[in-house]
Amino acid sequence: MPGRLVGVLDHARSQGDGTLLLTVFVFVGLALVVAASGRALGPRVFYVAALAPLWTLGWSVWAMTRLDDGPLVERHTWVEQLGLAVDLRLDWFTMVMVLLIAGIGLCVFWYAASYFHPGPEVPRTAAVLLLFAGSMFGLVCSDNLFLLFMFWELTSITSFLLIGTDDTKPGPRTAALHALLVTGGGGLAMLGGFVLLGQAAGTYSLHAILESPPSGTTVSVGLVLVLVGALTKSAQVPFHAWLPGAMAAPTPISAYLHSATMVKAGVYLVGRFAPAFAVVGPWRWIVLSAGSASLLLGGYRALRQHDLKLVLAFGTISQLGLLMILFGAGVPELAFAGCVLLVAHAAFKAALFLTVGIIDHQTHTRDLRALTGLGRRWPVVAVGAALAAASMAGIPPLLGFLAKELALDGLLGDGVPAQAVLTTLVVVGSMFTVAYSARFVWGAFGLADTHHGLERSRVGSEAPHPSKAFAVAPMLLAALGVLFGLVPALLAPLVDDAWEALGFEGHAPHLSLWHGLTVPLGLSALVIAGGVVLFLARVRVERLQAAVPRLPSALGAYERSVRGLLSGSDRVAAVFQSGSLPVYLMVLLGVLVVAPGIPLLLNGGPERWPDLVDSPLQLVVGAIMIAAALAAAISRRRFAAVILLGAVGYGISALFIIQGAPDLALTQLLIETLGVVAFVLVLRHLPEGFTPTMAPARKILPAIAGVAVALFVFYFAISAGSVTGTPTPDASLAGTDSHAELEHGETETGDITVSEEYLARSLPEAHGRNVVNVIVVDFRGFDTLGEITVLVVAALGVAALIVAGRRDPDGSLEDPEDVEKVEVGG
Amino acid sequence: MSRQTTETRRSMILDVVVRSEFHVLLVVSIYLLFAGHNQPGGGFVGGLVAGSACALRMVASGPQELRRSIRIRPMTLLGLGLTTAAGAALAGLWNGGQLLETRYLSVDVPFIGPVGTSTAFFFDLGVYLVVLGTVLIVLEALGSPEEELQ
Repeated sequence: MPGRLVGVLDHARSQGDGTLLLTVFVFVGLALVVAASGRALGPRVFYVAALAPLWTLGWSVWAMTRLDDGPLVERHTWVEQLGLAVDLRLDWFTMVMVLLIAGIGLCVFWYAASYFHPGPEVPRTAAVLLLFAGSMFGLVCSDNLFLLFMFWELTSITSFLLIGTDDTKPGPRTAALHALLVTGGGGLAMLGGFVLLGQAAGTYSLHAILESPPSGTTVSVGLVLVLVGALTKSAQVPFHAWLPGAMAAPTPISAYLHSATMVKAGVYLVGRFAPAFAVVGPWRWIVLSAGSASLLLGGYRALRQHDLKLVLAFGTISQLGLLMILFGAGVPELAFAGCVLLVAHAAFKAALFLTVGIIDHQTHTRDLRALTGLGRRWPVVAVGAALAAASMAGIPPLLGFLAKELALDGLLGDGVPAQAVLTTLVVVGSMFTVAYSARFVWGAFGLADTHHGLERSRVGSEAPHPSKAFAVAPMLLAALGVLFGLVPALLAPLVDDAWEALGFEGHAPHLSLWHGLTVPLGLSALVIAGGVVLFLARVRVERLQAAVPRLPSALGAYERSVRGLLSGSDRVAAVFQSGSLPVYLMVLLGVLVVAPGIPLLLNGGPERWPDLVDSPLQLVVGAIMIAAALAAAISRRRFAAVILLGAVGYGISALFIIQGAPDLALTQLLIETLGVVAFVLVLRHLPEGFTPTMAPARKILPAIAGVAVALFVFYFAISAGSVTGTPTPDASLAGTDSHAELEHGETETGDITVSEEYLARSLPEAHGRNVVNVIVVDFRGFDTLGEITVLVVAALGVAALIVAGRRDPDGSLEDPEDVEKVEVGG
Repeated sequence: MSRQTTETRRSMILDVVVRSEFHVLLVVSIYLLFAGHNQPGGGFVGGLVAGSACALRMVASGPQELRRSIRIRPMTLLGLGLTTAAGAALAGLWNGGQLLETRYLSVDVPFIGPVGTSTAFFFDLGVYLVVLGTVLIVLEALGSPEEELQ
């Protein structure tokens, strides 16, 4: 029995001060409050929800003062029997993620209060967004691999719910399912990898595994599986197709989940693992090739998108690819650049997404061909977005430039695998980044340039100005990029500590704006120049892309595999669910005879022949039952057969009374009565007689099955009776009465000591004289709980069948109130 | 078979007898529920007796009549029953106990004396409600006039 389910709250056996777990519960608790608040507050409910990231931010400041003494560690007992504990660990690298989750979260929640229109789905969205933030916080703080997996899948599930916020439209529903199947499936592969790693290491503690990494083939296989999880989550080639689809979510959600935090979970995991495992097995090959492919493909595809959000989505795939390269290579300098880019990307990409949300909200379009003149109308928003985009493109003096410089510097340094190829790829990928950054700014805020062949309407010129509260969040995030770019010393301590927390030692690269006239600076200039050329030639680039034959797309592959799965299931179901009742019955009876029958025969026969008759009354009842059963078998009328079957059942009830089991007798009597009533009600709709012209050949199989079941039941009863020595009333009849067996778990052929035990303990321990009832509600209450649950499910199935039966052939309900009718009294 | 003919075919004597017995049977079922812990009976048998009473009522007076006399929806009974049973099971966890551990409570009621109850009774009550709800749903499924079934 699952013992201490509530052990999680048991602080007596906890280590640490509990504030980490408390923070998780702040998110969960506030989610419940927000969900329960109803529609009274409207979108302002997001201001309430913003309290959770605000708390986390405040708490992080306090936690940072304590991190210099080493990581914060917490341990809470959970399911002791499974060796599961809530192990939480906060070091500086986790702190960077926590600051992103809380900081971007605060901006997004604030912004969402202006973005959403009042509606019934608003409190739900706010609550799920809080649950997501809590899961994400738990994910980065988990030190136990199973706990990490649990939070990982929770973020997938909340992401599924959030993408499908607009669940009345098929588009978001399909996109949500796609995202769930890919990221959830990847998570399952990751769980497999975790188990392999944990078994090889002898511990499931993340930091213990990373401190003394295991090795061997098992570990390599485990790492590949973990990478599948990380690559699906971070939308890397070839699993990237779900991310553009996820743009069906409301924009604050895209900004938060699908650019700033959730998709970084894969990068986070790769960053954690790479220092210990980069040189093991195929790790580098997989990470570097997937990262480079994503970097290039994302950038390339972003250049031909017309939806501003999709430009950013493909840009995210590209940037995540770069992050994968930086973190996954396991080179200290690159990982340092990765830490900087992690912060920079979260800030500029969230700012850009939120800007798109403002444009969409005010103009009702995100098509860059339709927008014009917004830059003149909204100069502040335009400048903010341009700064964020410039940070993305790596233009000095912004934070993105610093990150790119560090990355190029690292790539040209020592210990980089496939140095020339990787550097070239990153340079080309960065050119794409510059080009789509420019395309974004031009598309969102630029003027119509009809001479380039892209006609634009004049949507922007009449759009109302967004309110200050609406626009402040993206502006703040864009300003961070400028601030950290100009004064890198503000960010340097955090990044240095995070880099050390990953397990790198020695001298951290220096975070500064000006390194002198170096090769990376030259490459940066080359990147910017190449990007500008690509942007200026955008019409030609688009035409070229349209002319290139389409590669087999990942989206197509996903759709084909889902279709294949569905049609495959159809075929399997068609074989097993033929719809023929006789076939079903035969299968059921066959299993009944074969599955328990073979072990019964192999265990040897009954030890001795039990006493067949205790009292002469049994002979009389038995004779009546045999006669009724035979008559039922040869009856030509359905009604007569049902009544005769009922007589057999009542006979069993009489036998129970003779054996001194009034409870069983009563139950049997009632079940039999209700059974007959049910049969009679069904018979109203059936012909009076059985099919008259049943060929004798077709009767053979049913006859064999019937005889086999009879023999099996007889043999079973005899064997069961002989095991207990003297047949107890229950045991001797166990096999013959399926009803009683179903309803009273005690009829199993227990050994006599168990029965005696029950009898002896019934009154003193359970305060009951009726041992049957005590067994049902107390000794074996867990069985009963399961049984009534099954009963409820069966009843729901019956109700669903009635509704289905009343549908028109075209599948629609003829009357929406039909569902109600089913539920109205019996 | 139209509704008209089923109405006319009903026996008035049966109808009247069942009408008078229906509530008696329900009381018996509740007695069985309470007596169950020490004498033959219990939630399961009680629920079946109540279900049989409903079946009788339906056979004698028709589904419409049964719907009128049992106002509560079978779905509600199912949910209520499962919640009650699960609640009784969870009550065992209170104060560091095991799931399903039976808790006893004795209250002195004025003029009547000590009245004892236990979580096991509420568990049984849940079983009673679920069984009754299931029987009612099955009766509803099978007892509807033919034209509604098709």
